[in-house]
Amino acid sequence: MSQRHPVLTMTAISKIFPGVRALDGVDFRLFPGEVHALMGENGAGKSTLIKVLTGVYGTDAGTITLDGQQVSFAGPMQATAAGVSTVYQEVNLCPNLSVAENIFIGREPRRLGAVNWREMRRRAQELLARIDLHIDVTEPLGSYSLAVQQMVAIARAVDVNARVLILDEPTSSLDADEVAQLLRIMRQLRDDGIAIVFVTHFLDQVYGIADRITVLRNGRLVGEYPTAELPQIALVEKMIGKELDALERLDSEAGRDRAAITAGQPLVAADGLGRTGSVAPFSLTIHAGEVVGLAGLLGSGRTEVARLFFGADRADQGRLAVDGEPTAIRNPVAAIGRGVAFCSENRRTEGLVGELSVRENIILAMQATRGWLRPVPRRKQDELVERYIKALSIRPADPDMPVRNLSGGNQQKVLLARWLITEPRLLILDEPTRGIDIGAKTEIQRLVAQLSDGGMAVLFISAELEEVLRLSHKVVVMRDRQLVAQLDNDDTLDADRVMRAIASGARQEELEKA
Amino acid sequence: MTTTPLAARGPRAWWRVPQRQVPVLATLALLLVMYGIGVSQYRAFSNIQVVFNLFIDNGFLLVVAVGMTFVILTGGIDLSVGSVVAMTAMVSASLLNDGVHPALVLLIALLIGPTLGFAMGCVIHFFDIQPFIVTLAGMFFARGMCTWINTASIPITDGFWTSAAQERIRIGENFVTVSVLVALAVVAVAAYTLAYTRLGRNVYAIGGNQQSALLMGLPVGRTKIAVYTISGLCSAIGGILLSFYTLSGAPLIAIGMELDTIAAVVIGGTLLTGGSGYVFGTLLGVLVLGVIQTLITFDGSLSSWWTKIVIGGLLFAFILLQRLVGIRKK
Ligand SMILES: Nc1ncnc2c1ncn2[C@@H]1O[C@H](COP(=O)(O)OP(=O)(O)OP(=O)(O)O)[C@@H](O)[C@H]1O
Ligand SMILES: [Mg+2]
Repeated sequence: MSQRHPVLTMTAISKIFPGVRALDGVDFRLFPGEVHALMGENGAGKSTLIKVLTGVYGTDAGTITLDGQQVSFAGPMQATAAGVSTVYQEVNLCPNLSVAENIFIGREPRRLGAVNWREMRRRAQELLARIDLHIDVTEPLGSYSLAVQQMVAIARAVDVNARVLILDEPTSSLDADEVAQLLRIMRQLRDDGIAIVFVTHFLDQVYGIADRITVLRNGRLVGEYPTAELPQIALVEKMIGKELDALERLDSEAGRDRAAITAGQPLVAADGLGRTGSVAPFSLTIHAGEVVGLAGLLGSGRTEVARLFFGADRADQGRLAVDGEPTAIRNPVAAIGRGVAFCSENRRTEGLVGELSVRENIILAMQATRGWLRPVPRRKQDELVERYIKALSIRPADPDMPVRNLSGGNQQKVLLARWLITEPRLLILDEPTRGIDIGAKTEIQRLVAQLSDGGMAVLFISAELEEVLRLSHKVVVMRDRQLVAQLDNDDTLDADRVMRAIASGARQEELEKA
Repeated sequence: MTTTPLAARGPRAWWRVPQRQVPVLATLALLLVMYGIGVSQYRAFSNIQVVFNLFIDNGFLLVVAVGMTFVILTGGIDLSVGSVVAMTAMVSASLLNDGVHPALVLLIALLIGPTLGFAMGCVIHFFDIQPFIVTLAGMFFARGMCTWINTASIPITDGFWTSAAQERIRIGENFVTVSVLVALAVVAVAAYTLAYTRLGRNVYAIGGNQQSALLMGLPVGRTKIAVYTISGLCSAIGGILLSFYTLSGAPLIAIGMELDTIAAVVIGGTLLTGGSGYVFGTLLGVLVLGVIQTLITFDGSLSSWWTKIVIGGLLFAFILLQRLVGIRKK
């Protein structure tokens, strides 16, 4: 491979944001026909490097050459025209436009200058069929799930005859099947000679597909390695810049005595709770000090269950009891009043206030529970904020930084800190480790274990089974908006059994369809 | 490997209306109901000329509302339209009064609006300032220019203008005016632009999510500037039609017209937050306003303030309707 010429080289790239040196003399090269993983902790500068390349940001120093020619794109439009096409970290399409149009806007097929809608629909259908996506392309994109939207974004990027395809955390909202599909498409494209930059926090995906890895740390280049020559442990060490034992494996935290925890009265008990069109009636108890893991595929109803407990949706069937007392949690204010906290998976639209600082965002929920008439004293604020910035290693560790300027993963941590600080009795975590690097991921897992030891009940939603198994006392499996199994996490429970519980339902459904 | 499709969904049933067209259909239904009421209450209402008069009396409003539709579709707002209409009429009247050739007057009048729109678009885009504030400034500026030209109204006696104003184009027993044809042409061109050109599609994309549009590589800045220029052009055309209609330029005419146009656009089913709506809806919205006016005129006993009250009620109803459609979509 080394005798070939790189399609893209970035040399000595620096990018300074007010107060942050996001990139500092970074080199990066990319060869045709390779998948190149760009790795690093949250805030290492991965997304920034990509945005500098595609002209979303200007550079402060450094040069970029594409096919041996020096380039400097004024914006994504130029980059795309030059064959560099990108799927950015957050899904970036227009929900109001149809699926077909989202794929083709900016380069619609035209006849005599007019957009040729029929041709556009046909080509969109064809393109999506290639990635096994069979949907009505005339429907607005917003009517489909996040996973579908993500696949559409990828279809758009793939179609532009790109020579360089950049995927910034494309898999964070996909489930296992969809990830497999995506990797398959990536291989196909690589074999066609396209150079692919792949950013992800999932190491197994990296080792499954990448030919080469570039590691960034704190805006600096650590090095570039062929995947085969970099064992997983070494990669992690290079990313976090520490020996791995500092991270020490978190063994099954759920070994604690389950009988003792579930002996008393449950903290919350749902009895036939449900909401038409959202979740079928289910019964579930959560005890103080217990971690209940909620497993299932994307769209299986996990989030919907959480929303019922938090009063974000109102149940129309069944009963809910808190401390044995029947209550109807009608809205989030009532839920918070009863000590329920909900850390949403959707940080962009439901969680953070981008303009406010890290401090203000963290204090927000706590302030709300105290009422606005009793402000949290500044000293206490500083103390708490500092503690959580450290505990979750939020970077930059600057409480006055507007949250908008944080990297994706660090925003997620801020949201988590906000709810942890309220010391709720029941903490609902919806995909709390999505998009978070492994160092911080272990920190969060440890924190959850600690909190439950201290008597907090936790409802833990995650697509990663290992994580669910490691933390939970009880694993609840959702499928097709139904609660299909409750498995005690004893020695006999492993990922396989949970998978079977998730899948058996799926298979059944296929039988029914046939 | 057996992969299950991500989302299998059958073809849409023929009777299911796409969600985004519900508000327009609601407006259409409303229009028909109101027209039905008119016909059942007043015999003269069923005369086809009543319908034509709707277009004759509201042609200039329609043109201006079309321009406003473009702006609102991007999620913006243009408060300057009323003043630009008045300014265009004022400039025309004043130049004609000075004996300038009508063709040249037309040209100048048609240039002023888009120039101001272009300037406002540039300020909005390059300095990233709220359209509300920028066009509010534009509104005061244009209105100021009107009174600067003349504090009193200027009558138009030019031959071309008066013949354009009085020319009756016969359709069977009835007639329309030049203004109506111009207005319908503007509607047709605008509808085509929005549905079939890149510019039009970019307008929808920006209204859907400006940040995304940018990252998808769409020319966001250029489109936003274009949209305010288009609105300026429509106001200019509207101004000329108004001067045909009144055969004068008056410094205080068309005050509050920006609000009428916004109302028409919203009643026509366009989302104020942008990204969803049709020019056809705007046409219906203008007609609804026109029918209300006509009904109240026919009644004769009601004060014209009732128009405002009814429009207020309808606005509420339509914003609620859009909200409901939005919630159901979730
Ligand atoms: N617009 C901005 N203004 C100021 N600082 C910014 C801005 N965008 C990013 N940063 C800072 O630049 C650094 C790198 O951020 P970047 O988004 O590139 O991280 P990342 O490697 O993509 O992380 P993640 O894995 O969390 O997505 C972070 O410290 C972040 O706070
Ligand atoms: Mg990132």
